[in-house]
Amino acid sequence: MIAVELFKLVRRVRTWLTIGLICALPLVVAIFIAVTHLAPPPGQGSAFLSAVLDDGQLYPAAALALVLPVFLPVAVAVVAGESIAGEASAGTLRYLLARPVGRTRLLVAKLIAVTTFTLTTVVAVTITSYATGVLILGPSRAAAVGTGSGGVSGAIAPGAGGAPTAGLQSGAGITSLSGAPLTTLDLVERVFGAMAFITVSMLGVAAIAIFLSTFTESALGAAMGALATLVASEVLVTLNAASVVQPYLPTRYWLAWIDFFRQPIFWRDIQRGFAIQAVYVVVFLASAWANFATRDITS
Amino acid sequence: MITTQNLTKRFGNVDAVREVSLDVREGDRYGILGPNGSGKSTLVRMLLGLVYATSGEISVLGHRIPKHAGRALPEIGALIEEPAAYPHLSGRANLRLLDAAGPHGARRTRRRRVDDALEQVGLAGIDRRPVRAYSLGMRQRLGLAGALVRRPRLLILDEPTNGLDPRGIRDMRDLLVGLNATGVTIFLSSHLLTEVSALCTRIGVLDSGRLVLQDQLASLQEPTGRVLVSTDDPDQAVATLDGLVEHRDGADLVVRSSDAAELNARLVRAGVPVRSLAVQRRSLEEIVLNVTGAGSDQFGVPPSDSPAPEVQDAS
Repeated sequence: MIAVELFKLVRRVRTWLTIGLICALPLVVAIFIAVTHLAPPPGQGSAFLSAVLDDGQLYPAAALALVLPVFLPVAVAVVAGESIAGEASAGTLRYLLARPVGRTRLLVAKLIAVTTFTLTTVVAVTITSYATGVLILGPSRAAAVGTGSGGVSGAIAPGAGGAPTAGLQSGAGITSLSGAPLTTLDLVERVFGAMAFITVSMLGVAAIAIFLSTFTESALGAAMGALATLVASEVLVTLNAASVVQPYLPTRYWLAWIDFFRQPIFWRDIQRGFAIQAVYVVVFLASAWANFATRDITS
Repeated sequence: MITTQNLTKRFGNVDAVREVSLDVREGDRYGILGPNGSGKSTLVRMLLGLVYATSGEISVLGHRIPKHAGRALPEIGALIEEPAAYPHLSGRANLRLLDAAGPHGARRTRRRRVDDALEQVGLAGIDRRPVRAYSLGMRQRLGLAGALVRRPRLLILDEPTNGLDPRGIRDMRDLLVGLNATGVTIFLSSHLLTEVSALCTRIGVLDSGRLVLQDQLASLQEPTGRVLVSTDDPDQAVATLDGLVEHRDGADLVVRSSDAAELNARLVRAGVPVRSLAVQRRSLEEIVLNVTGAGSDQFGVPPSDSPAPEVQDAS
């Protein structure tokens, strides 16, 4: 059943179109920045964008920050929202269940397909934006302007280890948000950390969308419901009066993965972010299962 | 093969199915008849474990449903209301996916089984087009192929001739009779009396969720004790059969008699030119309308050589 779900995912044009579009946004942004050399000043605009002119290798992080607020959650919500509701409205749900595919099995297969989609998208964004960063913005170049709060440049010139720890493969140090230098290995590890964090955050979205998807025949409705939840969460996150519930909001720690790029890594919010998303995933998937397993299939 | 006891399904405060006790035996071609909205589809869905009964018990192929649906379903092929497929994939790809999705879909024999199923329903050769481009009839055939792909012991078909043209209906009937001859039990629901009377050996009639009749079709259609006679000389026939003629309509007579041969001999002896003579049996239509409160307009009764009429809503 899992192979069947993956096959369906792969054979849909929409899957590839979505991934392509999500990868295209950072490319367009990179082209504009490269042409105009106008990156947002530090502390403004999307995270890391101010730093990428100095170092193209940081572009994957910038690209993830670009697609995280809207593109990625919309794509995940659409795919996850369609999981059960799409089969129901197409009429194929009854045939799958009569085949028979156990309801729990179907839900697990759908979850795996959605997870695969999310991970593929995050990986695709990372790889394409690394290529974009290196090819269009150029690798770490001479830049005395500090990034983030530190302002100390890690790399004076390409090939010249400007900092004591820099110089493993590239020889060029990469500056962390805290200003301390990072080795290329550090950077790779931290990008992987960020990808894992973002994927898990998106699974929280997916869990909500799958949950709603078991209630309705409208794939769009389920996706919109999940997105509305996120928007509401975003509103409350910025509202001081809602500070009581803020630690439990799904989007509260969404940007905590940026802390991977501090030196040393600032773990507190990252851990809380993982924990809160794990709770959302477990609670909503359990609810989805409870509803789906006991529901009359009349579609 | 299928037995239910006092099966009831309530949606809100509407009783869709009320205390139905089905008895479908091995080798039957069982037709469940009822107007649209009489509970046929809900009943079919309960048999397949898609809809959970409010009360009552279901056993299919000896397994309790829905508890052990996973054991019964691999041996059942089903068509549940309209066929459904992924429109961007070909018919063949759809069958392969459906087969791969569940148990008993051995990869080794999959290709062969898919080929056979497509061949059986007459889709071989045109199965590589995306389903999006299929006509209603082709989709129906594909749906049936999906039901056949695992070579089931029991077919549960909800309105199987929907959307088929006269040729398609004929093909479907021949196919089902042929499968039945090889031991496949067939349970189908329909609102088309002609379809059921042409195909089924045993019928059940649903009316507002209740099973109001269940019997062998042959015993329901016992002779009525009347013979239909058509003759060129009705006056002499009436004179000969003094008192036995119940009804006269031009050259056609309805004669009270339980022995058609004897009646024929008597007419011939009297020199009455008999053009046709037939034992009268109750039509399925009469049987069904007799036991249901439904008006005949709630049953589609199309002539057998025309496609199914627009679906009507009965309630």
